[in-house]
Amino acid sequence: MTSTAGYNFAYLDENTKRMIRRALLKAVAIPGHQVPFGSREMPLPYGWGTGGIQVTASIIGPDDTLKVIDQGADDTTNAVSIRRFFARVAGVATTERTSEASIIQTRHRIPETPLREGQILVYQVPMPEPLFRLEPRVTETKRMHALADYGLMHVKLYEDIARHGHIAISYNYPVMVNGRYLMAPSPIPAFDNPKMDRMPALQLFGAGREKRIYAVPPYTPVRSLDFEDHPFVPIRADAACALCGSRESYLDEVVTDDRGGRIFVCSDTDYCRERQAARRRDAAE
Amino acid sequence: MSTTLAGFADPVLEAQRCFRALLEAMSRPGRVQRLATGLEPPSPLSQAAAAVLLTLADSDTPVWTDAGAGAADWLRFHAGCPLAAAPEGATFLLACAAPPPLAALQAGTEEEPHRSATLVLQVAELREGAGWRLTGPGIESVHRLLVKGLPDGFLAAWTANHARFPRGVDVVLCAGDRLAALPRSTRIEEP
Repeated sequence: MTSTAGYNFAYLDENTKRMIRRALLKAVAIPGHQVPFGSREMPLPYGWGTGGIQVTASIIGPDDTLKVIDQGADDTTNAVSIRRFFARVAGVATTERTSEASIIQTRHRIPETPLREGQILVYQVPMPEPLFRLEPRVTETKRMHALADYGLMHVKLYEDIARHGHIAISYNYPVMVNGRYLMAPSPIPAFDNPKMDRMPALQLFGAGREKRIYAVPPYTPVRSLDFEDHPFVPIRADAACALCGSRESYLDEVVTDDRGGRIFVCSDTDYCRERQAARRRDAAE
Repeated sequence: MSTTLAGFADPVLEAQRCFRALLEAMSRPGRVQRLATGLEPPSPLSQAAAAVLLTLADSDTPVWTDAGAGAADWLRFHAGCPLAAAPEGATFLLACAAPPPLAALQAGTEEEPHRSATLVLQVAELREGAGWRLTGPGIESVHRLLVKGLPDGFLAAWTANHARFPRGVDVVLCAGDRLAALPRSTRIEEP
């Protein structure tokens, strides 16, 4: 059955969209602050990107071109099903190419191709509160954000250095937005953190289960927390992509057999494909 | 309560287009957006101001306006929003003449700064490339915005509003079918 009769454009009803739109505007006006919203039941379970889907459904229009990635890949289950969902309920064009998309919904990566003005990056966020492992009480973390009291996080980073010799956070690495709010960048690798800083595109974050929306406007300073004597260092596997040869992109390690064989390939499938195509073109010339 | 003037011809898609213009305006303060709608708002409402209210206001958001009974009826009919008697009780304020002081409006709390009012202010003209120098989130280096028809003392009130970040009021300036936004994070300097 493919009928969408009886469903509103982009699935959500207009009251819900208005509520989310109001939350989005306040989120943009207060960069990095988590705005609560009335998260709805979606036709897939919490944890599968319901926050990102509700944000996308509230902003998307018939003229948009949507790209969805899951860990950088366009062809994984989560990405394929969300892309098909919006193609069906909103009738929008979809693409796998970063440069062609007007809205990019992402789980756990920022594309390697730099984003430009006019694009919107929508993050699926499992846990919006950066302090939740250090302070489980929401009443307390709210007060810490109100007072910009982030000493607890600095202590955690210090303890990492004392114990391991370096800050041992490889993903969801906490950032300060515009020098005011501590923010969870969603579980993107720390490698991607520098891309958030002064990005020309608008960044929106939706957490469906935790019912929070937050945002980073374009060209807003986003700084990864660190210390003067232990500066932030983005981590990347020291290898080249086995398919396209890139030494700049973020790599996935892939086990190829049961005798210890392994290769590294780009996590961003679109970036890798474009580079392979360019290499083939060069070879043909 | 009755009105003969039309609202959005296509409420779903027109509200979506208006919201994207608003989102773009709020995320790039001082950039002027154009709204093309088929709205016929009652005088003295401008196309843009009327579209903003129809896009965002509903039964959850008390609206305060000084636009008169005709405009208030039109808003209640099309948006279904309750009308607030006093500016302090409003989520959205639509001002066609001198607005209530920014300091009197809901500014949220330090813990919940998002529980704050949005002021939709009609002005005579909006033009990019001249006038104020805007800086802050959403702006690469500086945006210039010329606003004509603002009440006296707006800049001083804005400076005070900006200084109490994260609390504060956000403003949407509307002129005809054009709009520009001033989120509380934006700093304004005179040229």
